[in-house]
Amino acid sequence: MIVHRLVTFFFSKAVNVLDLVVKENVRHGDEYALLRLSPVKGRMPEVLPGQFVMVDVPGCRETFLRRPISINYADQRELWLLIRRAGVGTNTLCDLPQGAVISVVMPLGRGFSLDVSGNVLLVGGGVGVAPLLMLGKRFVARGVDVRFLLGARTSTEVLQLDLFRQTGETHVATDDGSLGHHGLVSTHPLLEQGAIDHIACCGPMPMMQAVAHIARQRGINCEVSLENHMACGLGACLCCVEDTVDQGNVCVCKDGPVFNINRLRWT
Amino acid sequence: MDLSVQIGKLRLKNPVMTASGTFGYGEEYADFIDLNRLGGIVVKGTTLLPRQGNPYPRMAETPSGMINAVGLQNKGVEHFVNEIYPRLRNLDTAVVVNVSGSTVEDYVGVCERLAGLKVDAVEINISCPNVKQGGMSFGTNCASAESVVRAVRQVWPGTMIVKLTPNVTNVAEIALAVEAAGADAVSLTNTFLAMAIDVERRRPVLSSVTGGLSGPCIRPIAVRMVWQVACAVSIPIIGIGGIMNGRDVVEFMLAGATAVQIGTANFIDPQATVKAIDFLDDYLTRHKFANARALIGAMELE
Ligand SMILES: Cc1cc2nc3c(=O)[nH]c(=O)nc-3n(C[C@H](O)[C@H](O)[C@H](O)COP(=O)(O)OP(=O)(O)OC[C@H]3O[C@@H](n4cnc5c(N)ncnc54)[C@H](O)[C@@H]3O)c2cc1C
Ligand SMILES: Cc1cc2nc3c(=O)[nH]c(=O)nc-3n(C[C@H](O)[C@H](O)[C@H](O)COP(=O)(O)O)c2cc1C
Ligand code: FES
Repeated sequence: MIVHRLVTFFFSKAVNVLDLVVKENVRHGDEYALLRLSPVKGRMPEVLPGQFVMVDVPGCRETFLRRPISINYADQRELWLLIRRAGVGTNTLCDLPQGAVISVVMPLGRGFSLDVSGNVLLVGGGVGVAPLLMLGKRFVARGVDVRFLLGARTSTEVLQLDLFRQTGETHVATDDGSLGHHGLVSTHPLLEQGAIDHIACCGPMPMMQAVAHIARQRGINCEVSLENHMACGLGACLCCVEDTVDQGNVCVCKDGPVFNINRLRWT
Repeated sequence: MDLSVQIGKLRLKNPVMTASGTFGYGEEYADFIDLNRLGGIVVKGTTLLPRQGNPYPRMAETPSGMINAVGLQNKGVEHFVNEIYPRLRNLDTAVVVNVSGSTVEDYVGVCERLAGLKVDAVEINISCPNVKQGGMSFGTNCASAESVVRAVRQVWPGTMIVKLTPNVTNVAEIALAVEAAGADAVSLTNTFLAMAIDVERRRPVLSSVTGGLSGPCIRPIAVRMVWQVACAVSIPIIGIGGIMNGRDVVEFMLAGATAVQIGTANFIDPQATVKAIDFLDDYLTRHKFANARALIGAMELE
């Protein structure tokens, strides 16, 4: 334990409860918001791509539990959360004014594998693109060749397109054909024929299922990020379990949220 | 301030423990608090054999609370003894093992296996609403509750806490029965049998349809039950149910609890336990109590 403490202290990775202030709330259409947050005091802890935070929704009578939200981007001074209005809690978060203070527990979970090589494709759908921005940046910094494939219902819902384009080669698929490939990401020619050695994927369940299916068929190594409902986010309550091939029920919050598809039963 | 309290043979450094199933094995919270500050840690429900628990989904959020249907997922007592216990034994806090089973023999088997260790106490869970056999059914009638307690008493010489279910007509009656059968203390309450329906899909939210309700929504009922039991029995009572902070700890102690357990609150604030201890310390000073024991049952009627 003491050794563990020292190690986490040294890398300032320790999980903590932090108060963050909203520096800016950038709306993306009616349904999405990007919260740019910074610590009320001190620095941000070091985070890994694919990790998430548990946010206490301030001043909302209907939410009791914290809400899990992926880390979209983080550095020593800032944390970005990209949020879709899914219900009362996320609605309140999307409407937070500048200056509002929220409590987050972070950083949580195990992120995406960073030790990969060859042609890497990051596939995101809807708000599921959130963790892929930081992952892509991290890969680029490691000299890995990354491409992005982003899906959305329509062109205005392709989130953070400019930032992805700045980071790497970016392909788009929209359900209505208003931008890029017309159809689901899983029907994009890149996925079906492109040279790919590794996929990291986050998005709605049907999309991840379709991508995992293709990866299976083509023998491509593939990781997905799951969104099981959570209560604690710490591996304590065992509410968020996913049934795995190797270990039965494991906590998505602690063992995941990122899983290799070979461990999952639904792929 | 002297915060210590006595539960059977067990001296707790302060009355604040953690509730089974909400605090893992303590390690999950080591990044947030100094575990050695706790009065005690009650570990996950432990059964004789490993259990996978219920299928996902296991949780429904409700107004000021949540319903869980974990179903006692754990790796069994052997795993606890070999893998978990060696890590916990060095902590400077009481370690209490929550024991669950489907038959009387299950409870006895787990306690026999624990008897050789320096476990501070067992908490006999006759109140789990999330298992098909045994569990809560032992805690809903006096005769079966007694039979479990008597059998465990034969093999467990240490402190035995019996955890009661609120899902009964008269909780004081069950408390009296387990006291007579040899329990050193009772803890209450476990979760309230509850359910939630996803109205859009017209399906139950939980895979097991029903589950156990916890959180501040149950607190007033739990306080009432602790008070009723305090009026009936003379063994110590550990109050549980929706405690979110130090004020709530004081409320349970005023109603007659000697100690308390904090459960669901740990999910909202991983530091809830130590904040509650600090509050209690300050409260006792402000109200000129000599020590924490003086607070037990100190509610004034008239
Ligand atoms: C690891 C992880 C990372 C996530 N990252 C993001 C992110 O970056 N951005 C983002 O917008 N959302 C993210 N989510 C989903 C987000 O947590 C849920 O949308 C949110 O909890 C819903 O809360 P609410 O109060 O708005 O909705 P509620 O009113 O509670 O529910 C509205 C609807 O959302 C569903 N829902 C509730 N909780 C969850 C959940 N945990 N996951 C999925 N659906 C849920 C409910 O079943 C219901 O249909 C993530 C979830 C997980 C587990
Ligand atoms: C996710 C979860 C798992 C639980 N698991 C157990 C268990 O294994 N054994 C047990 O006796 N009680 C279990 N409980 C009940 C708690 O220990 C406690 O009695 C109850 O939650 C009420 O307290 P609270 O409102 O402070 O959470 C569990 C509760 C929750 C929320
Ligand atoms: S959310 Fe509690 S264990 Fe994962």
